[in-house]
Amino acid sequence: MARLTINGTAHDIDVDPNTPLLWAIRENVGLTGTKYGCGIAQCGACTVHIDGVATRSCGVVVSDAVGKQITTIEGLAANGVLHKVQKAWIEHDVPQCGYCQSGMIMAVAALLKEKPKPTDADIDAAITNICRCGTFQQVREAVHMAANA
Amino acid sequence: MNYVPNMNRRSFVVGAAAVGGGLALGLDLPLGPKVVRAADGTPEINAWVVIRPDETVVVRVVRTEMGQGTLTGLAQLVAEELECDWSKVTTEYPTPGESLARKRVWGDFSTGGSRGIRMSHEYVRKGGAAARMMLLQAAANEWKVPVAEVTVDKGVITHKGSGRSTTYGKVADAAAKLEAPKDPPLKDRKDWKIAGKPLLRLDTPDKVTGKTVYGIDVKLPGLLNAAIRDCPVQGGKIKSFDAAKVTGMPGVKKVVQVGDSGVAVVADTWWHAKTAVDALPVVWDEGENVKVSSATIAEWLKAGLDADQAFVGNENGDAKGVIAAAAKKVEAVYAYPYQNHAPMEPMNATARWTESKCEVWCPTQNAESAFAATLAASGLPADKCDVYKTYVAGGGFGRRGAFHDYVRQAVLIAKEMPGTPVKLLWTREEDMTHGRYHPVMQCKLTGAFDKDNNLTGLHMRLSGQSILANVFPQNLVNGKDPLTFQGLMPQGQEHAFGYTVPNLMIDHSMRNPHILPGFWRGVNINQNAIFLECFMDELAHSVGQDPLEFRRKLMSKHPRNLAVLNAVAEKAGWGRPAPQGIYRGLAQMMAFNSYVAACAEISVSNDKIKVHRIVAATDPGYGVNPAQIERQVAGSFVYGLSALFYQECTVKNGRIEQENFDTYNSMRINEMPKVETILIEGGGTVWGGVGEPTICVAAPAVMNAYFAATGKRIRSFPLKNHNIQMA
Repeated sequence: MARLTINGTAHDIDVDPNTPLLWAIRENVGLTGTKYGCGIAQCGACTVHIDGVATRSCGVVVSDAVGKQITTIEGLAANGVLHKVQKAWIEHDVPQCGYCQSGMIMAVAALLKEKPKPTDADIDAAITNICRCGTFQQVREAVHMAANA
Repeated sequence: MNYVPNMNRRSFVVGAAAVGGGLALGLDLPLGPKVVRAADGTPEINAWVVIRPDETVVVRVVRTEMGQGTLTGLAQLVAEELECDWSKVTTEYPTPGESLARKRVWGDFSTGGSRGIRMSHEYVRKGGAAARMMLLQAAANEWKVPVAEVTVDKGVITHKGSGRSTTYGKVADAAAKLEAPKDPPLKDRKDWKIAGKPLLRLDTPDKVTGKTVYGIDVKLPGLLNAAIRDCPVQGGKIKSFDAAKVTGMPGVKKVVQVGDSGVAVVADTWWHAKTAVDALPVVWDEGENVKVSSATIAEWLKAGLDADQAFVGNENGDAKGVIAAAAKKVEAVYAYPYQNHAPMEPMNATARWTESKCEVWCPTQNAESAFAATLAASGLPADKCDVYKTYVAGGGFGRRGAFHDYVRQAVLIAKEMPGTPVKLLWTREEDMTHGRYHPVMQCKLTGAFDKDNNLTGLHMRLSGQSILANVFPQNLVNGKDPLTFQGLMPQGQEHAFGYTVPNLMIDHSMRNPHILPGFWRGVNINQNAIFLECFMDELAHSVGQDPLEFRRKLMSKHPRNLAVLNAVAEKAGWGRPAPQGIYRGLAQMMAFNSYVAACAEISVSNDKIKVHRIVAATDPGYGVNPAQIERQVAGSFVYGLSALFYQECTVKNGRIEQENFDTYNSMRINEMPKVETILIEGGGTVWGGVGEPTICVAAPAVMNAYFAATGKRIRSFPLKNHNIQMA
């Protein structure tokens, strides 16, 4: 048994504490917006916030996430209002297949919290997610759009 | 439309409410006097259009959305002719089972070869136009006025003379009973108001909130999960496995052999299934292919560069004779590696099998091909099977088109647990090592010049793997794989050679290693563009000519190739000084009936290449959504440059060595050049594709710039093998 606090709600789940957080979120809690891409913390599709820090959830085990505030893509909007990154993503039509975009958006949201007006160099340093469709040009433009929103 | 996996989903009910002649038709396949109703009871106007009483316009789309924007583009084309309110448009996917029951009323489901829009634009537009005519007729009938006096704007129908108006939603029921016009006229491009515009995609909002249901996210009551290991050597088999070692592990329900080469564990969660299958002792019979390595393959291909036997793909004059007698000869050998598609969503499918029904939920680029795989694996007839495609696929790039090995496996597993839905998900490692790889190819190019430095002859000898020989052998022509010559074919074909060379020979020595080849986004133009366009650059420099001017002299009979090349040269500033330390390179190609060109600007420092800027031009004939074309073009450079710098699948002991993104890298945002897209709508009767063509000019444009910067030619890829990094 483990208690995970996800998007402000406590979930008591019957899971081996060594299970990757990604799979606990997807299978035991049932929130599937967080995606599996590589399982070795390379691609970033599984990025969530743990105590506000963008983290690749495939590389964190459940026991290390207990007692922390976990935010997934489903919890990014507050009180039914989309986060400014989500808004910019819609306005700028960023996603192509979209599979990597939950992780991309979570990474960008964390960046903007730390650096509200990131430079291109800040974006390059902080956003290391893989996108095979190649949305990077639109991602960069939308990050600046969100920063100026 | 949100895809809701529903075990009882039946979108269409063929009802017998008969009035009038043949209605509710796709255009060419009359069903007889029946009204076809959508699941909610709304009668469809025709196969492409359903209009609900609340004015929602449902456009049926059978091509797959996997990121390329086809869903939105096709809806724009239907809406354009329909003259409906775009804000009311939604979409839905018919299933292949439904299509079969209606004599393939929706035509081909295949979404590969950049054909999503270019191969269906005419009949979907006619579907929209026919629906509009029927809706207007219904209003005219109601008002007892000539239909010519009735007009429509955004789904509101008006009769000016009497001042009456109504809406599509109100007359849809009556319209559905009218006879469909046989050959409705289509609008001119210049009159487009919805198509041709950079409208936002229909599928974006749910993608930014995590709501979009991908195949990996499918949920069904009682769902179990499966993880699989297939023999790491293609052609190998399972000798034995020790199920008892894992049956007691957490959550494990069953260990299932899958065909003769795979074994899966079914468990309550996928993590449990994966943990158990990893722990499962398996003994493989790896077979003869275990002796094969990248080196043995390369040696075999090398021998083909001078082999006597070869299939001729394009020929004029006497290239070999001219080369033998040439005043000057230039020769080079290039090589292209195996590559994995690596879509972000690994292969997966969910299946439920009973003796009376087999259903599959999956991401696929061709639901009909997935359906065929389902039939074959299930042992059930077509009327007892169906495939429910997820709303979007998490990338496809050709991996999910002709190959439904993952569907076959899912059905075989589900068959062992009748009535229980089972979701099979591959690990990234399984995905990387069981791909349908970009084929390997080598190429020897020989150019001949006369004493005045005119190119008089060119011989391109390809040596390597045929995709068709493995995938669609019935499409070989007397043993030849015509697709090998993409971008090099004779004039008039959809992948035509873009130069006039007086003596030309392009031929292929076919060598098919056991590694399974596949259609990898762009397919054979990826290597052919590198071979041809880098060599054109070599030829130009060998006679001291400007690469642009050299090409132009050979392109007078190829005006659309020339137009895209000129467009990028002009916008990039070719012929004018580049900024300090910046070097430029060019490439052009024609494929999938589209003309593409790129000018790359790079700098080089200590074996690091920084790609700063790419100017790209594309002429697909018609631009249905310029904003999405721009995104496809920009994204193409991510796909093409990742391949150029990082991607190779090597073979050792018969198996693919790279298992994940740590050894099969893909470029990140810090490496992304600024891409400036020029869209040229060259018109014509044949439409071109967008999703694939541009990828092939990425690598040669950058490599030609690299030569400009360093004076060095690199002729084998990826660049990481030469210790060159992407900055």
